[in-house]
Amino acid sequence: MSKIKDAFKNGKAFIPFITAGDPSLDKTKEFILTMEKAGADLIEVGIPFSDPIAEGVVIQEADIRALSAGTTTDKIFDMLRSLRRETDIPIVFMTYLNPVFHYGYERFFSLCEEVNISGIIIPDMPYEEKGECEKEALAHSVEVVSMIAPTSEERIKSIASEARGFIYVVSSMGVTGIRTQIKTDLKSILASIKEVTDVPAAIGFGIHNPEQAREMSRIADGVIVGSAIIKIIEKYGEEAAPYIADYVQSMKEAIRQ
Amino acid sequence: MPESNGRFGQFGGQYVPETLMNELINLEKQYEHYRRDKEFEQELDQLMREYAGRPSGLYFAKRMTEDLGGAKIYFKREDLNHTGSHKINNCLGQVLLAKKMGKTRVIAETGAGQHGVATATVAALLGMECEVFMGKKDTERQALNVYRMELLGAKVHAVESGTQVLKDAVNEAMREWSNRVIDTHYVLGSVMGPHPFPTIVRDFQSVISREAREQILEKEGRLPSAVIACVGGGSNAMGMFYNFIPDKEVRLIGCEAAGRGIDTPEHAATMAKGSIGVFHGMKSYFCQNEYGQIDEVYSISAGLDYPGIGPEHAYLRDSGRAEYVSVTDDEAVESFEYLARTEGIICAIESAHAVYHARRLAPKLKKDESIIVCLSGRGDKDVAAIARYRGKDIHE
Repeated sequence: MSKIKDAFKNGKAFIPFITAGDPSLDKTKEFILTMEKAGADLIEVGIPFSDPIAEGVVIQEADIRALSAGTTTDKIFDMLRSLRRETDIPIVFMTYLNPVFHYGYERFFSLCEEVNISGIIIPDMPYEEKGECEKEALAHSVEVVSMIAPTSEERIKSIASEARGFIYVVSSMGVTGIRTQIKTDLKSILASIKEVTDVPAAIGFGIHNPEQAREMSRIADGVIVGSAIIKIIEKYGEEAAPYIADYVQSMKEAIRQ
Repeated sequence: MPESNGRFGQFGGQYVPETLMNELINLEKQYEHYRRDKEFEQELDQLMREYAGRPSGLYFAKRMTEDLGGAKIYFKREDLNHTGSHKINNCLGQVLLAKKMGKTRVIAETGAGQHGVATATVAALLGMECEVFMGKKDTERQALNVYRMELLGAKVHAVESGTQVLKDAVNEAMREWSNRVIDTHYVLGSVMGPHPFPTIVRDFQSVISREAREQILEKEGRLPSAVIACVGGGSNAMGMFYNFIPDKEVRLIGCEAAGRGIDTPEHAATMAKGSIGVFHGMKSYFCQNEYGQIDEVYSISAGLDYPGIGPEHAYLRDSGRAEYVSVTDDEAVESFEYLARTEGIICAIESAHAVYHARRLAPKLKKDESIIVCLSGRGDKDVAAIARYRGKDIHE
């Protein structure tokens, strides 16, 4: 049984994103535990990348803060080893292909297995390129999360039918970041997905307030929130934990049905 | 050439967010259609001749040849094209293609500003909206080109994210494209990025070697011993190499930027110092650290200041067909001045990297041999920066 599927067992899943090492890895560990306590079902941990082309300015700056603070892939695995002594909450990585490729697929995914990472989201590895590392990931029980975008159209069915873990439905065109309105016809995208798979589908990109979260949770199995949490960390830095807790609680509350 | 699934051997591919995938598939389909379309071909051919001024000359550099005392040196004069560089070849092709595809807006990245100027020019010509992304540092060192683009009706965005140079301009252009893919075509300026861009840009630039090969056969009755071009992303080099690839006796030599030296951290020598990675939509060689974070690179030349290289170059190098050397700022600047004095040509600082290598190679070859150097651009844009390099503060 996939650990990711567990996260979707108890109603709609709330999936917060956090950039590892922003402002420090000790704080990342603390914030993950805070989010779990506040009701997060699955945590998306970002391995910072120098050139995150799918990110808006909020997460770009978090990546720069984390890298400037000396965050490395090795140190992130060290933090996760320590975290795993305190929680077994499902975790997926979010990063770009190059840090994984350069680290070496076998070496990277065997460490993922060691610290119990259930999946990985790689926005610059589309369906056509997943042969790059999907086999290596699966050999270590890491599921590669597929993404579906507003422009996917006839690609939805092929992507969804081979999807594992969960499907990341990109709500809007462009990059990550807070949006006041989401105009994509997500209902029909979700309907096409559901025709071919029962892998859960979560919506991300642009979602930041409880009203949006509630609306999204009506059509999807989960809601992913990144930039809004990073903004709290940007504002409160090392003191962000109570603010993150309040925020996650309010979002989880909104999607509880 | 090996091109199945957009691959050159192991290099190339389509490593982009899902949002862009359908557009890349559409672009490939439309390109395959129009490249075989007689009307498109005629229209492009006419623009190349009457607007860009093609064919560009193959000029025998007599004084330089005498001075070096070896192989005859020829220059392929891409600097004499309209807008002052080879970039116009690709822009005429791509913007015309975008227009046929029903796009109303084009965006582009630019380093030195040459590709931005060429894109803005063709956008003006064909009545398209145009926005150009340029690293903030580059807008400062190439202020003249920023103003040229604005004169041509383009909007220039000074990119303040990351290291504020060419790679950051590409990041921002890709972000903007994923935001507005429906009405917008991204006119990628080099033989890089996701498939089909490396192929499209190479095809439009291959006119350089198609002409040069005919011209040298006419003048010399035999093929050159070597063709030399500078490489950043590698578009003028790919254009200069392409039709000579089957001619095994012709050495293909790319000159990358060694900045302050490849043993210092300040260089952009991807082939000499980089390793294989995946970035900007392609698998190729990149300057990166031990964790796969992309390095900040440096060159006096904004056009070569890029941490990667096109996938076909990576393939040509690894298969042994092409060779790549690195040239420092000092060597390039000295060659920039040498060419001005010796031949009366002020070339782009990018092209001066290739001129330097020609000066090293020519004396080692026989007098009946020849070398073609691609003069990819003219140097007006660089005059102020070279003056500063020499300690003279002149105001543009």
